[in-house]
Amino acid sequence: MFRGEKRAIAKIISIIENNEPQAQKIISLIYPRTGKAHIIGITGPPGAGKSTLVEKLAKELRNRKKTVGIVAVDPSSPFTGGAFLGDRVRMQDLTTDEGVYIRSMATRNHPGGLARATKDAAHVLDAAGKDVIIVETVGAGQSEVEVVKVAQTIVVVLAPGLGDDIQAIKAGQMEIGDIFVINKGDRENANKAVSDIEAALELNTEERGWKPLVLKTSALTGEGIGEFVETIEKHRTYLKQGALDTQRKATAEIELIEALKQKITQTIIQDLRQKGEWVRTTEKILAREIDPYSAADNLLKQHKAKAS
Amino acid sequence: MSTKEKKIRVLIAKPGLDSHDRGAKIVARALRDAGMEVIYTGLRQTPEQIAETALQEDADVIGLSILSGAHTTLFPRVMQLLRKKGMSDVMVFAGGIIPEEDIPALKKAGIKEVFGPGTPTSTLVEFVKNNVS
Repeated sequence: MFRGEKRAIAKIISIIENNEPQAQKIISLIYPRTGKAHIIGITGPPGAGKSTLVEKLAKELRNRKKTVGIVAVDPSSPFTGGAFLGDRVRMQDLTTDEGVYIRSMATRNHPGGLARATKDAAHVLDAAGKDVIIVETVGAGQSEVEVVKVAQTIVVVLAPGLGDDIQAIKAGQMEIGDIFVINKGDRENANKAVSDIEAALELNTEERGWKPLVLKTSALTGEGIGEFVETIEKHRTYLKQGALDTQRKATAEIELIEALKQKITQTIIQDLRQKGEWVRTTEKILAREIDPYSAADNLLKQHKAKAS
Repeated sequence: MSTKEKKIRVLIAKPGLDSHDRGAKIVARALRDAGMEVIYTGLRQTPEQIAETALQEDADVIGLSILSGAHTTLFPRVMQLLRKKGMSDVMVFAGGIIPEEDIPALKKAGIKEVFGPGTPTSTLVEFVKNNVS
C-alpha cells in the first residue's frame, strides 16, 4: 500500500469502512506515515456542481504534476442502508489516470456530511503518497460541517440563484469556507451571487487571520479553474506560516475525543448489556419512570463503582 | 460487528457506444433498494475504465449493460482486464439486448449470468445476493 498499489489501497479502505477486526491495527500502522498531503474539503448544496468542479480541479493539479486522491461521499438510505454512488459519472476522464485514485463512499447514516471512515480513507491515500487529497461531502445542508475536522482547506461551492443575502448571513456552512466558489459562473446572476457572499463575509467580526476569498468558476467551460488552484495554493502557504500547527493540534484533539467517545460508549454499553442493566433501564425510560439523562448518570455511577 | 457493517458493493457500468441507460438505472435503483452500495459510472465506458473503477472501488460485483451489439468483443475484454488486475473473484453479470446464441461464449469468458429484457428486478437482487463471493 505504501508503494501506492491500488488493489491494496482498495482493500484497506474496505476493511476500515467495514470496521473489520484488523482495522485498528492497520490504522496504527498507517498513522505515522500521514500528515504529508494537503487535504482539500469540497462541500456545498446538491447540484452546485461539486463533482464536476472536483474533476476540473484534479485535472489542473495533474497538469501541475501533483498526484491526487479523491474520496467522494454520497448518502446511504436511512430505510434500506443501500446507496447510489454517482459522483464518478462526472469524473470519467480521471479514471485511467495513473496519478489519480478515486473512492466513492456511502455515509452509512453517519451524520455531518461524511462517512465515519472518510477521514481514515484520506489517511490511507495520504500514506500511499498522494500529494493532494480531495474530500467531497454529500450535497450538504446548512449544518453539515464535519468536513472541517478532516480537511485543511475548506471550499464551499455554491451556484447562482440558490438564496439571497439573508441565506448568506446564516451560521454553519457559511462560516466554514476558506474559499467560496460560485460555480456555474456562465449563468446569469453569477455576479450577484458573488457580491452577496462577499457582502456577508464583510460582516465577519471575528479576526481569523485568513480572510475568506470568493471566486467565480465555470466547471463547464473551465473558466476560473486556474485561479481556483492558485487560491488553494495561497491558503496552503498561509497555513504553513503557523496556522497549520494550530489546526493540526485542534484536529488531534478532535480525533482523540472521537476515539474516546467510541471506545467508552462501546465498553460501557457492552458491560451493561451483559448484566441485563441495559434492558432494565430502557424499560424504565419507556415507562417514563426515569428520564434518559438521570438514567445515564446512574449507569455511569454503577460502571465506575464496578471499575474501581 | 463486521458482518453487520459489510455491504455488497456493486459497480453498474455501460460499455460501448449506445446511450440507452434506463435499464442500467433501474437495476442500480433495485440493488440500492435491496441495501447494496451501487457505484454508477454513466455511459460509454471503455473496458479499461470499467476494470479500473472496479479496482479502485473494491467492487464485489459488476453489472454490465449493453444494447449496442458489441458485447462479444467488449465483455471478454473486461474479463481479461479483471484477471490481469488480480480480480478474478469479482462476480460479473450482464444485461441488455444480447442474442441467445451469444450467451454460451460470454459465460465461457467468465460472465456468470446474462439477463434479458423483462427480467423482474427481484430475480436480479436474489441472483446477486446468492452469487456474491
